[in-house]
Amino acid sequence: MSAETTASLPDAHGHFGPYGGKFVPETLFSALEELEREYASARKDPGFRRELSSLLADFCGRATPLYFAERLTRHLGGAKIYLKREDLLHTGAHKINNAVGQAILCQRMGKKRVIAETGAGQHGVATATVAARFGFECVVYMGAVDMKRQALNVARMEFLGAKVVPVTAGQATLKEAVNEAMRDWVTNVRSTHYILGTAYGAHPYPMMVRDFHRVIGDEARRQILQREERLPDLLIACVGGGSNAIGLFYPFLKDENVKMTGVEAGGEGISKGKHAARFQGGRLGVLQGAKTWLLADEDGQIEATHSVSAGLDYAAVGPEHCYLRDLGRVQYDYATDAQALAAFRTLSEIEGIIPALESAHAVAQAIKVAPAMGSDEIIIVNLSGRGDKDVAQAAEMLLNK
Amino acid sequence: MNSTRIARRFQDLAAKGQKGFVAYITAGDPGFAETLAISHALEAAGVDILELGIPFSDPLADGPTIQAASGRALAAGMTVRRALELVRAFRDKSELPLVLFTYLNPIYSYGFEKFLTDATAAGADGLLILDLPPEEAGQNAELVAAGGLDPIRLIAPTTPPSRMATISATGRGFIYYVSREGVTGEQTSLSDTIAARVAELRQHTALPIAVGFGISTPEQSAAVAHDADAVVVGSAIVRRIAENATAPDLAQRIGDFVRPLVQAAHSA
Repeated sequence: MSAETTASLPDAHGHFGPYGGKFVPETLFSALEELEREYASARKDPGFRRELSSLLADFCGRATPLYFAERLTRHLGGAKIYLKREDLLHTGAHKINNAVGQAILCQRMGKKRVIAETGAGQHGVATATVAARFGFECVVYMGAVDMKRQALNVARMEFLGAKVVPVTAGQATLKEAVNEAMRDWVTNVRSTHYILGTAYGAHPYPMMVRDFHRVIGDEARRQILQREERLPDLLIACVGGGSNAIGLFYPFLKDENVKMTGVEAGGEGISKGKHAARFQGGRLGVLQGAKTWLLADEDGQIEATHSVSAGLDYAAVGPEHCYLRDLGRVQYDYATDAQALAAFRTLSEIEGIIPALESAHAVAQAIKVAPAMGSDEIIIVNLSGRGDKDVAQAAEMLLNK
Repeated sequence: MNSTRIARRFQDLAAKGQKGFVAYITAGDPGFAETLAISHALEAAGVDILELGIPFSDPLADGPTIQAASGRALAAGMTVRRALELVRAFRDKSELPLVLFTYLNPIYSYGFEKFLTDATAAGADGLLILDLPPEEAGQNAELVAAGGLDPIRLIAPTTPPSRMATISATGRGFIYYVSREGVTGEQTSLSDTIAARVAELRQHTALPIAVGFGISTPEQSAAVAHDADAVVVGSAIVRRIAENATAPDLAQRIGDFVRPLVQAAHSA
């Protein structure tokens, strides 16, 4: 199937080829349909598009720069490396693009309460931020383990007026936070909108979240053409659920000469329970609303995951990524904790930019592949978030070495 | 399809002018042998349909009680395969209608079609998959239902009337009406919309209607049975199982707890 056909997915039922769909309890089905209708009408409404662009520009700080990482390029001695600076966005990561879009939808639906799950806390902070901006009540579910490793973001959410609810079930990380958010939504579905934070879950979320983030790729495409008068050779982004990656990749899907790599969390290496790389040792299954690749045992029980980065520490991957992988349009690789930490350090020291540990996985991939590429080739790395939240954790890990 | 155990049970109840009682327990909580003994005790207490939950690691439609039971069952080694052995062991000694209740992923991993075949062969009568809407069953070739299990469909308070008919048309055995928005678990008061919603639902289906979610006392059981064809109780039973898990007479205690709930439904 051509890349052109790919760009028109999902189909009317939310399927990307065999992936995606709406695998939810009946209580949520009509809420998803309401959201689908509201989003379809908003998309066609110039008023909605105006409000969204205005907030993205004036409240969030778009467009973000496309920065030529000259010293990193020289250091690696290969392809020219550009960084898409989503880390400079309000709240410190790309997550706000989607949170703003969904907040406007929520207001249009007349709902006054929003809920969210969060792993690294960036989506929680983005949701708490738009809730404050729009005057919504806000509850964020967060794994107790993540609350500990991302304490700074917990404090930010609380300052923004959100209630952060610790989730202690299972591994007490992102997957359990999603379960708890879904339970809240089932219970309060008439009054509450669930601002899901990644290109995951039941239709229309994977499509809608992608659409709200495609601004990353749209800008990057325009910026690189202006700067280099040509398209890049390679795009690199980290993939947890996959929202920053799909946001960067999507506008380039039809550009057949632009290669793309999604980078999963390799954790301590690809062995059971030690990583979160769904395309390494994962299987097809259904979790939290979508049919997709996930990490489960042969009985279908979801396996434990591990990553140094809370935002990538998740057992399933967004359905559109599965489809793009099947088509061979996007390659998926992984970076280990150690590689991500090394990249975290390198980018900080050489470029004066402290990346989020999630984004450091993408930087690690660039460090891996750039030296073997020609100096006339161009890589764009999505620097999806800044690393302030990770400084305490990284210091502890790097200093203990 | 009036020949299934479930349909026959509802016909028998109707002939006696009685309402039915459905009891939910999680397979393997606290262990294989205990679940088997509890299942027989539930039948002896007058339960009409046994709903056996196959545990899943991420039960997002369940409240704390059934989440904990799923965790205990998995820790004790319950799997889809073992759950089917449990069904077979129960069926060797009983003709009680039995519905399997679970999430899609464990069955998906087992192999959807193979599961339907094996569960039918083991003696199960119905299957309720919480996160498989009928639409998806129709849109994914590997999820097309075949074989002898009655697909039990859920209707929620948020289900629009237009959808009631389409969902019900794909169901058999009975319709499970979820009495309120929320996850499974005991509630101090019943939803006040049950009677009206059940009446509305009857305009869209001729199948018997069972009502569950949040029912835990004989009074609630009687009240719900007044409007519905059957009452479903789960968390209240599962909580007693947890509280008495190590008691040598666990099964008898659960039977004793359930008997008044059943009687309340039967005599409503």
